[in-house]
Amino acid sequence: MNPATAILACIAVPVVGALLVTLTGRWPNVRESVTLLSAATLFALVLFLFRGVAAGARPEALVAEMMPGLSIAFAVEPLGMLFALVASFLWIVTSIYSIGYMRGHHEINQTRFYACFALALGSTMGVAFAGNLLTLFVFYEALTLSTYPLVIHSGTDEARRAGRLYLGMLLGTSIAFQLVAIIWTGWLAGTLTFTPGGILSGKASGATVAILLVLYVFGIAKAAVMPFHRWLPAAMVAPTPVSALLHAVAVVKAGVFAVLKITVYVFGLDAVREAASSEWLQYAAAATIVIASLVALTKDNLKARLAYSTVSQLSYIVLGAMLATTWGVVGGAIHLAAHAFGKITLFYCAGAIAVASHKTEVSQLRGIGRVMPLTTFAFFVGSLSVIGLPPLGGLWGKWFLALGALEADQAIMVAVLMASSLLNVAYLMPIPIRGFFARADGSAEGDKDPDRPPIAEAPIPCLVAISVSTLGCVALFFYAGPMFDLLRGAVVP
Amino acid sequence: MIGGHLPVLLVVLPLMAAPVCVVVRRPAWAWTVAALASWGAFVAALGLLLQVLEGGPISYPIGGWAAPWGIEYRLDLVGAFVAVIVSAIGGIVVPYARSSIEREVAADRIYLFYCMYLLCLAGLLGIAATGDAFNLFVFLEISALSSYVMIALAQDRRALTVAYRYLIMGTIGATFYLIGVGLMYMMTGTLNMADLAARLPEVAETRTILAALAFLTVGICLKLALFPLHLWLPNAYTYAPSVVTAFLAATATKVAVYVLIRVYFTIFANVDVFEAMFLREVLMALAVVAMLSASAIAVFQTNIKRMLAYSSLAQIGYMVLGMSFATLTGLTGGIIHLFNHALMKGALFMAMGCVVFRLQVASLDTIEGLGRRMPATMAAFVVGGLSLIGVPLTVGFVSKWTLVLAAIEANMWPIVVAIVGSSLLAIAYVWRVVETGFFRPTPEGAPAVAEAPLSMLIPTWLLAGACVWFGIDARTTLSVARQSAAFLLGSGP
Repeated sequence: MNPATAILACIAVPVVGALLVTLTGRWPNVRESVTLLSAATLFALVLFLFRGVAAGARPEALVAEMMPGLSIAFAVEPLGMLFALVASFLWIVTSIYSIGYMRGHHEINQTRFYACFALALGSTMGVAFAGNLLTLFVFYEALTLSTYPLVIHSGTDEARRAGRLYLGMLLGTSIAFQLVAIIWTGWLAGTLTFTPGGILSGKASGATVAILLVLYVFGIAKAAVMPFHRWLPAAMVAPTPVSALLHAVAVVKAGVFAVLKITVYVFGLDAVREAASSEWLQYAAAATIVIASLVALTKDNLKARLAYSTVSQLSYIVLGAMLATTWGVVGGAIHLAAHAFGKITLFYCAGAIAVASHKTEVSQLRGIGRVMPLTTFAFFVGSLSVIGLPPLGGLWGKWFLALGALEADQAIMVAVLMASSLLNVAYLMPIPIRGFFARADGSAEGDKDPDRPPIAEAPIPCLVAISVSTLGCVALFFYAGPMFDLLRGAVVP
Repeated sequence: MIGGHLPVLLVVLPLMAAPVCVVVRRPAWAWTVAALASWGAFVAALGLLLQVLEGGPISYPIGGWAAPWGIEYRLDLVGAFVAVIVSAIGGIVVPYARSSIEREVAADRIYLFYCMYLLCLAGLLGIAATGDAFNLFVFLEISALSSYVMIALAQDRRALTVAYRYLIMGTIGATFYLIGVGLMYMMTGTLNMADLAARLPEVAETRTILAALAFLTVGICLKLALFPLHLWLPNAYTYAPSVVTAFLAATATKVAVYVLIRVYFTIFANVDVFEAMFLREVLMALAVVAMLSASAIAVFQTNIKRMLAYSSLAQIGYMVLGMSFATLTGLTGGIIHLFNHALMKGALFMAMGCVVFRLQVASLDTIEGLGRRMPATMAAFVVGGLSLIGVPLTVGFVSKWTLVLAAIEANMWPIVVAIVGSSLLAIAYVWRVVETGFFRPTPEGAPAVAEAPLSMLIPTWLLAGACVWFGIDARTTLSVARQSAAFLLGSGP
């Protein structure tokens, strides 16, 4: 197959999938087969592209010219390749998980759920493969709009309020800051195409670059740098598969991915390092890392705790981009992949616990490890990965980020990373430890209700998904080599 | 042969068809006459645009009387472009009108509607075609008088008061325009626009001409409902029959903007009105206030037609803003928004017309959960709404891009903030409707309604589709707008 066709197919397959899901909505088994088939096809296509990109190819595809000099175009480069690989692989896993979760939880509107999910993945692929800022912006917005129905899935007042916040903050910042920055960039540089080394070098004064950088970092609210992070905890009202794939992987990673990509291909690393604002943005990211971790400590709702943990972890990647050193960017990108596997495992477990036992608060989870040993063990492994301990993939991200901080003479950032790891231990480890070692609370609601069957392990599809993502965390530790080689192509000329 | 007479055919066709409607009386026949005449006018307008694009401006002396003495029809690129917009909207509205009017206007008056609609069309096309300042006044009155009648045709008794109020305001506007033209005639002895342009510089400093400019500005701004002269518009749009609202919103105010462009850039072409007479500051300030305040008011409306009317006021602000830059990019933005806004507001009002057709009232209460019962109608509203916000791949994005670019070029950052702010408000008011329509459950006891008839849906979707089509490929429209702007600024062919 022609690589250009493959790129376009990566966008088209999920969209066609969404259409077929809508058409086959009446037959749940056919509908779910369509979802799985689309996910598998997409991953195959991405793998095909990966083989070329790993060998040094940079395939491109032009879709349409909107205005003179402005086009919808795709170009695959290492950062986007990695993001697409992670997202498309985890879509397969999450689809399996969703079947167990959505049926086990007797959710309403399942057809809309699967259709929007597929559309969101199509938008994610568009973000990953975007060849210029305009295309990136188009799919960034499409991702916001396609995930909105998923956020307000339950239709309650709380969900609608969360949806309003979600949409308002994401669309609002993107139009108020990001779009202005893009138009400004286009005017200064005369092009919006992502180019190695940046397009702004020599075309903008230091002050302009500093302002633009701020506009981009805060205009991409999907990266959830404080104070534009509130939408993410709010979005946790969505069904757990959505929180898992979209609000721990696709949507939030699209944000930090955009920050990385703009750093490397619009500004160029040197320009960011010299910009007056990049150091301040490092501090903003560091503050987000620490504050969000502290907030996570105070949350009793499991999903809210995980959401604040995500806010904190996302800023690692923003920090890596703002350090603007080779190791910083590589570390950020590796963290993007590693955190995806770790956090999705945690969300899968949270969802599995909710389906099996209807427990959503951390304080209810004493002794859960005795009835759901597999799930709790996976939660333990996922936690270790997020904390960044060997032998799990999460180590590498932090490792290289710390190297990047040293390279940029920012030893204090190494301290921030270490402090954050300790905080991770503090808010994640108690859950599996109490799950295994504490005695179950006799007065829990579930035990009083005689009609309710005793708590057992989660549905089989959920367990399959949990196992795959847990193994992924381990695999990323041992097989980080290919990922590293791929990424080096992006930042080392 | 006939190609040479197109400029006059454009106007005469609907003008002559109007009395025929009165003669035939039967609604079906009157409709046929109206349809044939407006499609004919569209073909003529399209032919003219092609001629102008190929061979430059066309001059047509009426009755063979040469220019300064007789009336000259003069079609340059802007005029032809506006004629195409108006006649295209007319051609799309007529098929839609058939069902919609039957529901909203008494049966024995339907022929009157078609008659008045044709007169209005003739007037609007005449304004676009004429090259004579007084002749323009005549057409202005033809279109205005017929639109008062069209509004008053609604069965809602409030429409009578509203039409009366519009009549008073409209007449003041037209009279002011006439006074302005009279004062210019006093000083120069000519009514031909090209002639006026040549003679005005000599007397530009006189108080008479200054007064003329003031009268013209205020008079036309009343017609185009620029803040604070907008009071007639929201009620008129709310209580008029839906077709009338769609047609007037998409054409009448646009043509008034066109008249303003004509006055400043053709009649006063050789006088520096923007710099010397503070016009830029005045217009820009009013436009910005309109963009922000009207959008803010729109957020609090429950009647959706009224909400859209306030949104129109804001959008008119965009057009005037673009014009007031008096730069190539700014004027291009104003002219392209003329076209783009006609598409989106047409689609939005027609979608609401479909709702009115089934439910009598389009308000936030009646459309709860309507997305399930009338999916095609509400989907068209979403497309138009996204366009209003300026989401990429819709026409609204093209307009906003150009306008923001113009503001950046002119180094006017407060204007960028205002454009962005108004877009954010648009998210708020559009999303209220989308959320109520799609994501609220259908209330108990809501009337079971079917989708609107195809004769209404197809025209609505034609416009909604055009919003996307010209949003993805804006090359043609942008190049016409840019050439028009260049011609008006005297730097083009």
